[in-house]
Amino acid sequence: MNSLNLNRLTIKRALELLDEGKISSVELTQACLERIKKIDPEVKAYLYVNEEWALEQARLADEKRKAGEHGKLLGIPLAIKDNILIKGHPTTCASKILQNYIAPYDATVIRKLKKEGAVFLGKTNLDEFAMGSSTENSAFFPTKNPWDLERVPGGSSGGSAVAVACRMGLGALGSDTGGSIRQPACFCGVVGMKPTYSLVSRFGLVAFASSLDQIGPFALNIEDTALLLKVISGHDPYDSTSAPREVPSFTQILQENANTKFRVGIPKEYFEHELHPEVAKNIEEMISLLKRLGHEVKEVSLPHTKYAISVYYIIAPAEAASNLARYDGVKYGLRVEGKSLIEMYKKSRAEGFGREVKRRVMLGTYALSAGYYDAFYLKASKVRTLIKQDFLKAFEEVDLILTPVSPTPAFKLGEKTSDPLQMYLSDIFTIPVNLAGLPGLSLPSGFTRESLPLGVQVIGPHFRDDLVLSLGYQIEKELDLETIPPIVKAL
Amino acid sequence: MGISIDEVKKIAHLAKLELPEKVAQTYTEELSKILDYFASLKEVDTDNVQPTFHPFTWDTPMREDEVKPFEDIQAILANAPELLENMIVVPKVVKAP
Repeated sequence: MNSLNLNRLTIKRALELLDEGKISSVELTQACLERIKKIDPEVKAYLYVNEEWALEQARLADEKRKAGEHGKLLGIPLAIKDNILIKGHPTTCASKILQNYIAPYDATVIRKLKKEGAVFLGKTNLDEFAMGSSTENSAFFPTKNPWDLERVPGGSSGGSAVAVACRMGLGALGSDTGGSIRQPACFCGVVGMKPTYSLVSRFGLVAFASSLDQIGPFALNIEDTALLLKVISGHDPYDSTSAPREVPSFTQILQENANTKFRVGIPKEYFEHELHPEVAKNIEEMISLLKRLGHEVKEVSLPHTKYAISVYYIIAPAEAASNLARYDGVKYGLRVEGKSLIEMYKKSRAEGFGREVKRRVMLGTYALSAGYYDAFYLKASKVRTLIKQDFLKAFEEVDLILTPVSPTPAFKLGEKTSDPLQMYLSDIFTIPVNLAGLPGLSLPSGFTRESLPLGVQVIGPHFRDDLVLSLGYQIEKELDLETIPPIVKAL
Repeated sequence: MGISIDEVKKIAHLAKLELPEKVAQTYTEELSKILDYFASLKEVDTDNVQPTFHPFTWDTPMREDEVKPFEDIQAILANAPELLENMIVVPKVVKAP
């Protein structure tokens, strides 16, 4: 047990220790559960932890290892965002409307993780139905940033980012519709990746905006992220949008590309936006670092960037309004009785959905309604084409694009809750990536003077998740940052 | 641009959301502000631009229409708010003649 220092334990290292017989999965899982008991009351990352279930999975993993089985994640404890279905366990989406919902089947990503022997510790907090950028829209409680408990962890996958940052799990899954993996990863000092649209099956992910949603991993470093991504990727007949393509071994490619020089684009429009001075300074340092490593850095133009927020907040709510029509109090979820069927629908939805969800359902319904469809939804979908073309054009000149993840470091709890538009604007650098369906990686790139994590985003062409991870790996190696939050270090 | 309180009420009806008067006022203000922000899209020339509804344009994948039984029907029924044997109970939708 001496070898079990959770604060520096990556998935790769844990697998070595497990294979060498120096630790068991039960010990490892127990250590994570103890960490959850100590830290989670402060940060509130988890909505659901099931100790008995976790230990049972760990025991099974230990037995399998003894029997000579070698799953890619055999015995590794993970946290799962509570909008991904695990059969027999709650999936609430942090919404009152699904408070008592028990998943009747496994999401495809869960099935794949189970096949490789992963252990699930529990389900993590999020903005209700993944709608938000701070995890403050959870119907149950907000999650707090472990670097400063008065600040938000980002969102919507705030719980998963915090679980990994606090080592309450060796990795996690989140979902990203407009930045919901990358922004919390940045705010919490961990690695988070939104894969290319269609690389990972969404079967069993509760749908928010189907042309934008993508499941992706959180981990402490790029190698672990690459390993998790490899396990969850691949074609799935149950998700008709999933790509029928072979998935490469991302971990192997990282090594092959360890010294590859890339042409990296810096989009000038991202600097016309108001940047926090320390974010601006950090991105300049990252550009110098890339040059020092021998990469060719050049300015590129993404002229339609300034329209991305408008486009996103028309398209995502329009799709959400359609997807969330299923919550009507009939087949599952909260039902509030009414005199008629329509009244039952209206009362159940009004009672079950929180403010932001209702706001977006209203916005989406408006954008799709007769008389406004052309002016809003259709117009936004056309401008989306222009945003996508900007990227395709840029990728004719460069291999990858580097940007900040967020214009500011983690903001204070309550700072943006009264002004939805201000909250929306915090996703300006991540949203265009979803609109275009590209892979985007967020990795730690330094700290502010107040010791808040900063992050950079690496964006790649469609299905070049391997290149995105490869550049991230080079940056990570060069920076060699220690990213242990003070609250965890103090233990 | 903006949106009127009557429009907000109409939208709430379409979205099947019960909307108390007081809340309708708040939503009117918030949605007006957001819709005003969207007005900048008007300046973009999209005359010859095709809309993007999906990040990739490939053909709809086809498959055989085969029956595949779901292994755990009870787990689905267990989530229903009200059951009568294996049927989900809802308020009456047709009026008696």
